[in-house]
Amino acid sequence: MDLPFLYTTLLTLLPGVPLTLKLAFSSVAAGAVLALLLALCRLSGVWPLAAFARAYVFVFRSTPLLVQIFLIYYGLGQFRAVRLSALWPILREPYWCAVIALTLNTAAFATEIIRGGLRSVPPGQIEAARACGMGTALRFRRIVLPLAVRQALPGYGNEVILMVKATALASTITLLEVTGLAAKLISETYRAIEVFIVAGAIYLLINFVITRIIQLLEYAISPHLRPPPFPVIAEKGGTA
Amino acid sequence: MSSKPPAVRLADLRKSFGAVEVLKGISLAAHDGEVVSILGSSGSGKSTLLRCINLLEVPSSGEVAIEGEVIRLRQTRHGTRPADRRQVDRLRTQIGMVFQSFNLWSHMTVLENVIEAPVHVQRRPRAECVAEAEAILEKVGMADRRDYYPAHLSGGQQQRAAIARALAQRPRVMLFDEPTSALDPELVGEVLRVMRALAEEGRTMLVVTHEMGFARDVSSKVVFLHKGVIEEQGTPGEVFGQARSQRFKQFLAG
Repeated sequence: MDLPFLYTTLLTLLPGVPLTLKLAFSSVAAGAVLALLLALCRLSGVWPLAAFARAYVFVFRSTPLLVQIFLIYYGLGQFRAVRLSALWPILREPYWCAVIALTLNTAAFATEIIRGGLRSVPPGQIEAARACGMGTALRFRRIVLPLAVRQALPGYGNEVILMVKATALASTITLLEVTGLAAKLISETYRAIEVFIVAGAIYLLINFVITRIIQLLEYAISPHLRPPPFPVIAEKGGTA
Repeated sequence: MSSKPPAVRLADLRKSFGAVEVLKGISLAAHDGEVVSILGSSGSGKSTLLRCINLLEVPSSGEVAIEGEVIRLRQTRHGTRPADRRQVDRLRTQIGMVFQSFNLWSHMTVLENVIEAPVHVQRRPRAECVAEAEAILEKVGMADRRDYYPAHLSGGQQQRAAIARALAQRPRVMLFDEPTSALDPELVGEVLRVMRALAEEGRTMLVVTHEMGFARDVSSKVVFLHKGVIEEQGTPGEVFGQARSQRFKQFLAG
């Protein structure tokens, strides 16, 4: 093992970490918002909305992310109308193309995760909210969404991890995130094993931290699923 | 005050699910301080009747009035709908409902369940709501469980917490939909005790129940429903003492 080389490789790849994280988090955040809207469309009962959401999920979940990235980065530029549009300054940037592709892709998977969460909310609890006079928006904010999030979080954690790894594909459109830097270093040194081991280790570390954060989050929002606390001593006497 | 409208008034209420008519013209009034027990075998429409009062089921025709205010309905292609959702939401804040399966919000503690509607629907000051909630929890014997989650409570405790949640709305009327039917026999008593105490306070209550003892001893009016019509109604003395309807006699005989 060439430890000094591994060390210099690490120093070369670490500057790619901020870009990897930026790609992952901006697309997961934007994708979550999009997915919530799509899930609501899907469950709205209004057939054009539901059909749109269903078609969206089908298309973006069933085609390779790499193809989606290429279509957006190489494909859109072929249209004169796109090159002349106000969006061109964004669409010609590889960074934004990657963010858009990752967002659209994760939104499709997240729609299904959120839909499952929303559907798991017990109807009786929704009925209790209606019975006490909660309107649709308040009911959604106070009862439905909190319960759906608790149900969806484990599945969503999976999706976040997948997205961190998916950012590696951004290297194919010139972005120098961790994998992009690794590929560049290999073309200079021809030492694929060492460089990819270091790159893999960096992803491992990032996802280790993310896994822990999601675990903490899950723990924090599910006190109702843990065994009961020691019997709470009455602050004021009551019968029990 | 002699002309004060009844707390709940139903006039010729009908409800169909598809081709099945579940309620076939029910007229009924519950005045302030009255406890109305609604009896009937399963499928008689008694739960549907109760759920029509707070529009959890929308009546197909007829009239529901809460303290004299008629809930406005309109006909649509898809059936009858409330004409004004805000009117329904507003009237619902005046009606406390207790469900057979408790339906406490599982992600909230007992106290959070109890203050939810007062704080977020009625927008009363939080500190005031907490103080009131604690007093109510004391009354239903749940003060020492205020920080528990529903999953950590027995059925009887959950139902008492659900009663506290309904009381915290400061309702004019309380609806109980088979409140003891999902409970183990030994837990029925604690819930019925709370309900008796509420009746003695003079609360207006409509109770769908199978508890004959409660109907006989606590209610001011007993209604027996059979296949969507009222077969028998009157004071417990009248109804249990000299039932006219053959069906009610059969029902009592079990």
